[in-house]
Amino acid sequence: MDNMLHISAAPHIHSSHSTRRVMLDVIISLLPAAIAGAIIFGARALLVIGVCVGTAVLSEFLFNVIVKKEQSVDDFSAVVTGLLIALNLPANIPVWQAIVGSVFAIVVVKCFFGGIGKNIVNPAITARVFMLIAFTQMGTAAFPVDAVSSATPLSAGAASTSLLDLFLGNHGGAIGETCTLALIIGGVYLIARRVITWHLPVAFIGTVFLFTLVLVDFNAATALAYTLSGGLFIGAIFMATDYVTSPATWGGQILFGLLAGVITVMIRMFGNYPEGVSFAILLMNILTPYIDIWTSRKIIGGDRK
Amino acid sequence: MAFNLRSIHLPHRKNTAEIAAVKMDAPKAVTLPTSMHIGAPATVVVKVGDHVDVGTLVAEQNGVISSPVYASVSGTVKKIEPMGISNGSVAPAVTIESDGEMTYDPSIAPPSVNDRASFIEAVKKSGIVGLGGAGFPTYVKLDVDTERVEELIINAAECEPYITSDTRAMLEYAEDIELALEAFEKYLGVKKIIFGIENNKKEPIRKMQEIAAKHDAVSVKVLPSKYPQGGEKVMIYHVTGKVVPGGKLPIDVGCIVINCSTVAAIGKYLRTGIPLVDRLVTVDGSAVKNPMNVIVPLGTSLEDVFEFTGGFKETPGKVLYGGPMMGIAVPSLSLPIIKNNNAILAFNEKDSTPIKVTNCIRCGSCTNLCPFGLNPAAIADAYRLGDVDKLKKLRVDLCMECGTCAYRCPANRPIIQTHKLAKAALRDAKAREEAKRNG
Repeated sequence: MDNMLHISAAPHIHSSHSTRRVMLDVIISLLPAAIAGAIIFGARALLVIGVCVGTAVLSEFLFNVIVKKEQSVDDFSAVVTGLLIALNLPANIPVWQAIVGSVFAIVVVKCFFGGIGKNIVNPAITARVFMLIAFTQMGTAAFPVDAVSSATPLSAGAASTSLLDLFLGNHGGAIGETCTLALIIGGVYLIARRVITWHLPVAFIGTVFLFTLVLVDFNAATALAYTLSGGLFIGAIFMATDYVTSPATWGGQILFGLLAGVITVMIRMFGNYPEGVSFAILLMNILTPYIDIWTSRKIIGGDRK
Repeated sequence: MAFNLRSIHLPHRKNTAEIAAVKMDAPKAVTLPTSMHIGAPATVVVKVGDHVDVGTLVAEQNGVISSPVYASVSGTVKKIEPMGISNGSVAPAVTIESDGEMTYDPSIAPPSVNDRASFIEAVKKSGIVGLGGAGFPTYVKLDVDTERVEELIINAAECEPYITSDTRAMLEYAEDIELALEAFEKYLGVKKIIFGIENNKKEPIRKMQEIAAKHDAVSVKVLPSKYPQGGEKVMIYHVTGKVVPGGKLPIDVGCIVINCSTVAAIGKYLRTGIPLVDRLVTVDGSAVKNPMNVIVPLGTSLEDVFEFTGGFKETPGKVLYGGPMMGIAVPSLSLPIIKNNNAILAFNEKDSTPIKVTNCIRCGSCTNLCPFGLNPAAIADAYRLGDVDKLKKLRVDLCMECGTCAYRCPANRPIIQTHKLAKAALRDAKAREEAKRNG
């Protein structure tokens, strides 16, 4: 029997934490927003979600097969990416565009860099920006995420929609970004499950609100309308908090949130695009390795004498 | 002290805390390695064929950091052969065939202790080493200038799951513990003795508080039951608020930390003169039929101990020396119980099957949970790139290998293995540098 004993280094027990469990939690946390999207934008929202998730998973599966890598779709991270892309698209997007965006996110942004954990920017955010730029001139569905057929509050100038409608999502926009209530429910779930902490989303959303407040001469209602519009909540809660591309420490996450908030408002107020959340997150993704260095924890007992 | 160090909740699984320890019968044979401690192996002083009694010296102290080994059964020396032991080294081991009598060596008598020197000498002679797992010769720790000792901390955290041998020692050997504490006060002039006990040990806390009530110098600090509370530097910080700088010893900040079972063993030796020949061992794990604490003669094979407790209910897939967080997986059940084995755990096949390792997802939980604020993900990157300067900067040398990071890693990365390798790389680089400097 002796030669049957397993030998391994300590620790010999492990918590129930796993990448798959994390991804499942994120999927669960996105369901309220997906359901809200289906209610607000109808059955076509479900089609877009199905297409994006299906394409994302299939892309990763096929990529792994082609390059002879160990299969990784069972960690469900491709499902999360597909779901996030779909929730960032308008319900009337042509199916082929949704497919191109999903393939781009998984193959170019994630798999080319080595798969989960190795990508330097968030696949879903990068796909959103890619599509925003690539499909603007297509004329098909008037793609720009924040300028769907019915104008979004941001492009129409915030405050044209009531604050309650902004909170519940009764207005134009991407499938999953309009219902702030559903996004907050998902965020609370993620924090309760300890998948994320409050630091980054609160710093991000808080900065956008306060900075906007200053720029709109302290008109709280207008600042609130800007805060509730566009992709801020879905970006701050679900996309900026992506482990791979956000800082590890709480201090770093707050710094990320602050800077992303400032960039968002700058683009919204002074830039060419009505929406700046995606660009802000993308830029901060790139800065993350440096933030990680600046905000690493103080080593206890590490002072060199 | 502003903040507690970061820590985690582990399942306690202290299944054996309430069950009185049972003394094991004499095994057929024992194998006593001469290296059951940190330091030089002891020197064998018996020959094959010699008759020994319980407490007969079989290997004597060899140098400053070492510890003598005594026969744990009465009988005949059968063989003296090199043996690989848990720390990876190879040293001679003395196998004694028991005559089943457990006759004590006639020379055994309580040591005559009347001052500091004779007390240290007694602890040295007793063969006592850190029984909590470290195996560092205890007399070396105690043999420091009295003025330097501000606090003597009795480590009774017992923060690893399953293990209850310290718990039982506090309940069953309270008198011996008190005797040792009196000696610390009287002969070492220690002014402050503080027990650090996790709050899941209600009875031991009560028992030690009774002792504290009788001695002005003694107090009990109740600590949260969070891992790794019993780590030496963690214990010092939570009891005194002092930080032990990297590369320094507890005594450099005025502290001595001794495990409570070690203290009990010192008390027993002062009272009886019987050197360290047996110890309390927790036997538990999912493959074990009757979890319990056993008083085991040193050198008894794991197989014999498991058999004494009633054997296995399932075929064990993994067997550990020590706890599940820091214990060592053993390759064979024929290995002996040695001085620093506080527990032996056997897990069924299901609990022993390795979990899949996946890509690091940069979640940061390793650095956010590290009691010392190290960054395992960055250390892994630096190690992979062979960047020794970076490893130095990241202070991988401070890692106590508590396993908190690895326990919670969602990708199940082999963090502790990487840290061990990174530390070895640092040591190698240092050795090369020195070799270059010395031409």
